[in-house]
Amino acid sequence: MKLREIAHSRTGDKGNISNISVIAYDKKDYPLLLAQVTSERVKAHFAGVVEGEVIRYEVPTIAALNFVMDRALGGGVTRSLALDAHGKSLSSALLDLDIEPASGEK
Amino acid sequence: MRTIRIGSGAGYSGDRIEPALELAEKGDIQYLVFECLGERTVALAQQARMKNPDSGYDPLLEERMRAVLPACAARGIKIVTNMGAANPEAAARKTAEIARSLGLPALKIAAVVGDDVLDACKQGDLPIMEFDGTIKQLGNRLLSANAYLGAEPMAQALSGGADVVITGRASDPALFLAPMIHAFGWAMDDWNLLGQGTVAGHLLECAGQITGGYFADPPYKDVEGLARLGFPIGEVGEDGALVITKVAGSGGAVTARTCKEQLLYEVHDPKRYIQPDVVADFSQVRVEEIAPDRVRVSGGRGSERTGTLKVSVGYLDSFIGEGQMSYAGPGALARGKLALEIVRERLKLTGVAASELRFDLIGLDSLHGPEISARANEPYEVRIRVAGRTENLREAVRIGNEVETLYTNGPAGGGGAFKSARDVVAVASVLLPRERAMPQVRFVGA
Repeated sequence: MKLREIAHSRTGDKGNISNISVIAYDKKDYPLLLAQVTSERVKAHFAGVVEGEVIRYEVPTIAALNFVMDRALGGGVTRSLALDAHGKSLSSALLDLDIEPASGEK
Repeated sequence: MRTIRIGSGAGYSGDRIEPALELAEKGDIQYLVFECLGERTVALAQQARMKNPDSGYDPLLEERMRAVLPACAARGIKIVTNMGAANPEAAARKTAEIARSLGLPALKIAAVVGDDVLDACKQGDLPIMEFDGTIKQLGNRLLSANAYLGAEPMAQALSGGADVVITGRASDPALFLAPMIHAFGWAMDDWNLLGQGTVAGHLLECAGQITGGYFADPPYKDVEGLARLGFPIGEVGEDGALVITKVAGSGGAVTARTCKEQLLYEVHDPKRYIQPDVVADFSQVRVEEIAPDRVRVSGGRGSERTGTLKVSVGYLDSFIGEGQMSYAGPGALARGKLALEIVRERLKLTGVAASELRFDLIGLDSLHGPEISARANEPYEVRIRVAGRTENLREAVRIGNEVETLYTNGPAGGGGAFKSARDVVAVASVLLPRERAMPQVRFVGA
């Protein structure tokens, strides 16, 4: 299944850094996010977009992850050549990530 | 326990006008905050002020003030805003003039000045945070340097009796923290209260982004009434207790989900959200729906503020030239790709001096690049887009021209050419020792 089935997401920007939250709709799916939505996978998913490091922060009280992606916005929101200079649309790309359902589920 | 209700009347400079009036008339609020100052807006406003000393404040200031001042004055609602941009005093004088013209001569308007730290920054040679280099190395490309001020001067203005407080660069959450500090007398070293107040400010600062804006994703996340989206109200208790809500009957929704998304918006390390007044900790925040469109948010904490203020430095970066053209019907993608190849070769052949170039197929790969988009099916129509960075306007213009000439020199059926060339004022950041910025409050009589 796609990440979109179990989580919602919002992108924010500061300079050349993009952050994307990934929030479980249901707390019971948070372990799936923790196990499968790793910074390595997110970095690989954004090949060609994110040039720098991807750091993952965990916020268990709201069943959320926060990915901070360095050098992700074409040199920075205020100077980028990109159509979406803020990277607002990146959250939608992340929700396309494939997720293996927990065992016993489809 | 004492409680105040703070409305958020704008989340960016061009935001909708009428939701703020709805808040003033029907929101039972005591404070109305307008956050209207983007990262680079101060630099652009500074350029405007250099041309005309009475300008340099937000272009929608007059429209917003005319819309809400009568309702706010009638109910004693205090306004706090960063619409002062590069010229808070001129904005305050303009607001006083508007108040007089509306028959509200008793309103007290205050400007907070002192965020402009260009001189202080020029004295040292501060390193730039985003890239290797220093302020000195920007030379005469340096346009502006504005420190993100904290809540204290704005709270002082409110305590001095201001009905309207107009600041330039200030931290966005601080615009909301100021009424809390003023109303409850919070100590400026009560880090946990300031941290929880920062949670409130951070959740409210983007207005509609917590009431259902920037959220809808049918059929997973449906939102009703986005065309008449209500803007948020923060109900804050003197112990920091917080409920986010909105005007009954307005569009949108305040839910645990909208609050969670906004909590992490533009946040890096949730344990260390660095603000001028406090280092806020969002990592223990809890979100709970207590009634329809009423969400309790608790658990914000904080630790001691840092010794520096973040300064937004505006500078002339480069020029950008751009051109676009559309292709449709069978083979549209092949013709779009051919068009991009032609422009790529033309820019080389004619020696256009661009330090960076970008070739997009809008409808296919313009947002996330060719790697992520490789799985997409062929669209019915595509729009090519070529953008390049140059050192001067003349070179930038040549990029759009090479796209436009595809009309008569490119693939069949190209339509809807567009071209543009512009200078790029970019921003970078430096950290300035806190004591080098000296904010002041100045009252302007209406």
